[in-house]
Amino acid sequence: MGRRVAIVGAGMTKFVRRAQETGKELAFYAVREALNYCGMKLNQIDGVVLGSAPDTFDGVHMKGEYLSDGAGAWGKPYMRCLVGGGTGVFAVAHGWYHVASGVFNTCLVVCEEKMSSFQPHAQAAFLTIFDHTTERPLKPNLLWIFALEMNRYMSTYGIRKEEIALVAVKNKNNALDHPAAQLTAPVTVEDILKSEVLAWPVQRLDVSPVSDGAVALVLAEESIARRVTDKPVWIEGVGWSLDTAYWTNRDLCYPRYVEEAARMAYKMAGITDPRHQIHVAEPYDPFDYKELHHMEGLMLCGRGEAPQLTVDGVTRRDGELPVCPSGGLLGVGNPIAAAGLMKVAELFYQLRGEAGKRQIARKAKRGVAQAWGDLMQVGTVVVAGI
Amino acid sequence: MKRLKESMPVLPGTGLKDEDFQKGRVLFTRWKADAKYKWDAGIAIGRYLAGLKQGKILGVKCYKCERIMVPPRIFCEWCFRNIDEWVVLKDTGRVNTFSLCYVTWDVKRIKEPQIPAVIEIDGASPGMGIMHLLGEVDPKKVQVGMRVKAVWKPVEQREGAITDIMYFKPI
Amino acid sequence: MKKRVAVVGIGVTQFRSITPDVSYKEMVYEAAVKAYQEAGVDPRRDVDTFVSCSEDYHEGTSIFDEYVPDQLGAALKQVQTIAGEGLHGVVAACLQIMTGEFKVAVVETHSKASNMLTPDGIAVCAQDPVFNRPLGLNNLFIAGLEMNRFLYKYKLSKAHCSRVVQKNRCYALNNPIAGRGALLTDEDFATARMVAEPLDQLDFAQPVDGALVVVLAAEDVVGRLKGKPVWIEGMGWCNGAVSLESRDWDTLDYVTKAGDMAYRMADVKNPIEEFSFAEIDDTYSYKELQHLLALRLVTAGELGDSLLAGQFGLNGKLPVNTSGGALGMGYLHEATGLARLYWAVKQLRGEAGKNQLLNPRKAVVQSWRGLPTTSAVVLVLSS
Repeated sequence: MGRRVAIVGAGMTKFVRRAQETGKELAFYAVREALNYCGMKLNQIDGVVLGSAPDTFDGVHMKGEYLSDGAGAWGKPYMRCLVGGGTGVFAVAHGWYHVASGVFNTCLVVCEEKMSSFQPHAQAAFLTIFDHTTERPLKPNLLWIFALEMNRYMSTYGIRKEEIALVAVKNKNNALDHPAAQLTAPVTVEDILKSEVLAWPVQRLDVSPVSDGAVALVLAEESIARRVTDKPVWIEGVGWSLDTAYWTNRDLCYPRYVEEAARMAYKMAGITDPRHQIHVAEPYDPFDYKELHHMEGLMLCGRGEAPQLTVDGVTRRDGELPVCPSGGLLGVGNPIAAAGLMKVAELFYQLRGEAGKRQIARKAKRGVAQAWGDLMQVGTVVVAGI
Repeated sequence: MKRLKESMPVLPGTGLKDEDFQKGRVLFTRWKADAKYKWDAGIAIGRYLAGLKQGKILGVKCYKCERIMVPPRIFCEWCFRNIDEWVVLKDTGRVNTFSLCYVTWDVKRIKEPQIPAVIEIDGASPGMGIMHLLGEVDPKKVQVGMRVKAVWKPVEQREGAITDIMYFKPI
Repeated sequence: MKKRVAVVGIGVTQFRSITPDVSYKEMVYEAAVKAYQEAGVDPRRDVDTFVSCSEDYHEGTSIFDEYVPDQLGAALKQVQTIAGEGLHGVVAACLQIMTGEFKVAVVETHSKASNMLTPDGIAVCAQDPVFNRPLGLNNLFIAGLEMNRFLYKYKLSKAHCSRVVQKNRCYALNNPIAGRGALLTDEDFATARMVAEPLDQLDFAQPVDGALVVVLAAEDVVGRLKGKPVWIEGMGWCNGAVSLESRDWDTLDYVTKAGDMAYRMADVKNPIEEFSFAEIDDTYSYKELQHLLALRLVTAGELGDSLLAGQFGLNGKLPVNTSGGALGMGYLHEATGLARLYWAVKQLRGEAGKNQLLNPRKAVVQSWRGLPTTSAVVLVLSS
């Protein structure tokens, strides 16, 4: 696997609907928090990788370059990765191979998103993710792809909205204990089922709030990691997979690309029985049904079985396999790339026992974080252990 | 309603509200990007669009995996080899999934929903769908598995675009 | 570099000012098929990781990453997009191979510059939205400012820049894939229209369409693949000051840092002596000179005279941009650096045709991300 690489520090900004800070400033804050967390200085960082979703939101072309100084990369080797919504978790893999290759001893992983710049609403920017010739003339809406996938998932396995709504209830509640969460409030299943229908079966409270925010992690090779902290969190496996762009040729009921990515990461981490060898999971939950969809892709349960685990309380913080103890995107907010990295940061805090009120009941030695994106195409997975 | 967060760290970042902008408490700049493109359709999609103008949905076949694919492409992405044959497909199909959407792409609310769907086209391999809209149908009656047929624009209005099909309606 | 990586296959399409007959997918497919043929790999089985380099605003599609896998044979495989220059992609692929987890990697970039109807309007979107864009200036002003300062500081003149343009565009005529080869006369230079003084219309590269795919392999598997290996001995990359207001206008620290990092890895102690040729960025004519200095390939005192004496020509001490450079091949946006790598590989393999150098051993290849960035990548290659 190359050298052992650990996460030694994490930091983030609040996730707010609309930040006063520019993208650069958000990135700066997150980096500063992460370095402070582990007592390291920028001149001890060999390289920087940044993840940020499409440039259209900010209206800045080559956004990676614009953000590079805020991310601490002046005078340093710097690279930006972009795999849509999967970026937040992929950025960790990106940083991982910088260090595991032997070329860098330390690396900063920064993810930033400023979705509020796009007027009238970030959602409109998503028109441009569709195929310019075969799809855009139909004026598609971001909500379509989620609704089409949610409907397919529900009809294939006979899953009801009441079961799916439990995920949003759990996560929004969990997020009350997350310092980055700004607008979360507890909800009930009734609230969700009564909320405005946006694109049936998607209703307003099924959707995570669009946000601005940034997160940063500090990675280090083993000997430095052990000097910096007595609880390094090891990156034990990374995986990613991108399915064909012809999404209308695929069955959307199952995210096979998440399974491919998970297999790659589990193989590296030596995991053969994910359901029992993973103790905490942070799958990507931009919509409530996605948490279930991804739990199945991560092979934490069989296909169509995730709702039952939720109903049975297995995925609560005090359950056997806590899922999204952070509160996820539904609860904390969804600044796309930063949200994915927030999940890896949550593994970092949980495995070290530093998650405060969010700390899960059982002892966790291994966790998995996963992000998703593009046209229901990419799965990115990181397995962390202590 | 929020629980007190006394014991939680205070993270950096400042949230703004709409009225901060309306009341001029925050300064900002505006930019409308001058970003226009014309994309080369290329061989496969070029032919697909020409087919649409003639009122036909075209697909392609790979002899190795024997899939018949739509939208057409010059290579089979699974076998990574050139496709072997062009096929005229039917303009009927089956709804694989659908949604009832009450919000437009630019975030306006509408009363009558748009009905996007993935429609598996007859004549192509199972599961081979294209994205389009459903029309002439009661939103409450749409179901996964429903059989539908393309409703075409009159010949003289067709441009060689996916919108030459106005929508698919139930049959 | 402890774990060496080799280029074992490289495929390109003809660089043309327009390519209306093919979509970007079809263009990349052609380059991919050629690259895989050369390397002797089947992407469905033999490739462990794919890297694509693209920028959404150039494509006119957000999350362009979505559309990458199929034409590379990478559907449902490990694919990542680096929003960077093609050589950033090569670096990313090398790093992955050096972890030991991946043996064969593929890097892809392409340009469909002709599909941008408002290229200047798009380019302007890279300027800082608060401090720079409200001035309403075309990006080229940045090159004008830098060229002015650079020529002043190093006591060079427009004549030196014109020499670069003439050399590169002439070499491109012998490069079968180049799109902008030409024999320029004194009259052409004299009548060239000023664009952003002192930058005139001949001083910058014109866009072309084209696609490139490279196959890279770890040292221990090179033997069982078909392609003739060209080794990557060292790599370096670096970013500089982002804001126009706080950057150095004559010297390129970030290029020097990137170069030094690559030289250290490749154990190059004396860059002036050790390279058989250089393929460095010349998107703007003065840039070739600025990069020569920053990469320590010539001293400031000798730069002007060496150029005029033909030391950077085909028969000179250090042939520079015998490919024709971006000036001669055309500007390919994210794919520009990969086009230089392509040519360097051809030279080192002895396949460069009319512009073939005698027994080239070691080369330096450098790219820059273009205006308004300060981001560069440097590779050291050997045959």
